[in-house]
Amino acid sequence: MSDLTRVTAAELATRLAAGEVSSVEVTQAHLDRIGAVDGAVHAFLHTNTDEALAAAVAVDTARAAGEDLPALAGVPIAVKDVVVTKGQVTTAGSKILEGWVPPYDATLVERLRAAGMPILGKTNMDEFAMGSSTEHSAYGPTRNPWDLGRIPGGSGGGSAAAVAAFEAPLAIGTDTGGSIRQPAAVTGTVGVKPTYGSVSRYGLIALASSLDQAGPCTRTVLDSALLHDVIGGHDPRDSTSLSERAPSYTEAARAGATGDLTGLKVGVVTELGGEGYQPGVRASFEASLELLTNAGAEIVEVSCPSFTAALAAYYLILPSEASSNLAKFDGMRFGLRVEPTEGPVTAERVMAATRGAGFGDEVKRRIILGTYALSAGYYDAYYGSAQKVRTLIQRDFDAAFAQADVLVSPTAPTTAFKFGDKVDDPMAMYLNDVATIPANLAGVPGLSLPSGLSDDGLPVGFQILAPARADERLYRVGAALESLLLAQWGAPLLSRAPELEVNA
Amino acid sequence: MSTINSDEVARLAALARIDLAPDEITRLAGELDVIVQAVATVSEVAGDDVPATSHPIPLTNVLRDDVVGRTLPVDEVLAQAPAAEEGMFLVPQILGEEQ
Repeated sequence: MSDLTRVTAAELATRLAAGEVSSVEVTQAHLDRIGAVDGAVHAFLHTNTDEALAAAVAVDTARAAGEDLPALAGVPIAVKDVVVTKGQVTTAGSKILEGWVPPYDATLVERLRAAGMPILGKTNMDEFAMGSSTEHSAYGPTRNPWDLGRIPGGSGGGSAAAVAAFEAPLAIGTDTGGSIRQPAAVTGTVGVKPTYGSVSRYGLIALASSLDQAGPCTRTVLDSALLHDVIGGHDPRDSTSLSERAPSYTEAARAGATGDLTGLKVGVVTELGGEGYQPGVRASFEASLELLTNAGAEIVEVSCPSFTAALAAYYLILPSEASSNLAKFDGMRFGLRVEPTEGPVTAERVMAATRGAGFGDEVKRRIILGTYALSAGYYDAYYGSAQKVRTLIQRDFDAAFAQADVLVSPTAPTTAFKFGDKVDDPMAMYLNDVATIPANLAGVPGLSLPSGLSDDGLPVGFQILAPARADERLYRVGAALESLLLAQWGAPLLSRAPELEVNA
Repeated sequence: MSTINSDEVARLAALARIDLAPDEITRLAGELDVIVQAVATVSEVAGDDVPATSHPIPLTNVLRDDVVGRTLPVDEVLAQAPAAEEGMFLVPQILGEEQ
């Protein structure tokens, strides 16, 4: 096996810049790795072999000609299938978009291409990003590289598994309630949900527009920072895009890697721990707190009482927005069209037949829940109340960040569970996101990095939250904790994952 | 709070334009009832004095200059349509028989 798939994106960038390897070699090594292990992992829905290699050739040619190239030029990347890619099939994990080829690129994809990053393919996900396990993908689940009988998290299980299985050095995810951070936690990788508006949503197939945010899925904090620097920044095509210039997250991560946290105040959120969190998850979390203390940080306990209502508010706001966003899948302009088997073939009946055949169970469940929450007579009690809870959660964050520079919690209450364990119990599935949802409701950024293994031998995620627009704190504190953990382990956590069987 | 029964699911599915098989309606009614009971607690959390937040970061409306921008080529868009004719989307009849 080529060791090009085992090194970090930062290291690849250094070797590429030094001319030690070509982008074609790096890209081919990852395509080979996909060919060798993706039959078992199923992280990818589509691979773009020819297109990725053509992009790699272009970068190598430009470098040979002495052109000044962006930092990650030549480093390949995988993109979650909810992000549109011109000329490459994009399905969002749904049958209703089977075979759909978008006529345009998402802004973040334009930025990847402009940065000279070959796109290896599109990663698997729960249909329209609704789920926490990828079991709701219309194309079959992705399997966790740590244990192929377990879920890789969701909705972005494909992006997290691709990175964890060394099929891609970097991937793009989207996080509406934890879909970047929870998969990172259960696969032993790093995932960042930036501040709402930090990365353009133009070209993301919207789930819940006031919650969705795209971000990096990587194996190290520095790699996430490098990628965030590529995809972030103002976009006039997204009216919710932040207009102010962001600082360099790469510099923040490099500064943090020294491991010194003197003077940092770390708030442990009372409500994001305790009951419902596995003992092995709690133990790993507490061991990391001790490392932070040893590095000079001061730990304080903060209470965010409204967080207990976050899950309920989220499962009203998300379905409400989703039911509206998904109305565009009507069988008229793109995607599947199914005609009713009997009766008149009218637009309305074609729409109902198309959606009945094209949407999976979870999507139907959430659209109907959203339709209910928004219907006359229930609107104030449900949607209106949920929006008030959102205000209370923002106030809790404000109060907590007055006491601490960053807040921390376990990313997910449990390690990766087995396929089928929760698929028939929607509420049990929804509880996976209990610690990640508050950040989306308030728009604040969050990062998950691996803090070790639980007593079941599976990875645990450590979540760091920062105030809106203070994403650099995630990278500084995350890189510090990562270097402290690495010093203790001697090798990255992923080196303890079982080797996947390789198909020749 | 009200509960969700099969009749209510059928009514909502019709509003959402999703054809459901009878067994789907029965199953969804059971599942949605559990979910609605769980989320109904939101109405007890915030008092009347709490304003609603619709958006995580306060925003003002953004307008761009009224100039012609980039548009997508018609053929590329129509190439992905279920049916197209003469540069237009071809859709089923819009009005029902009774109208």
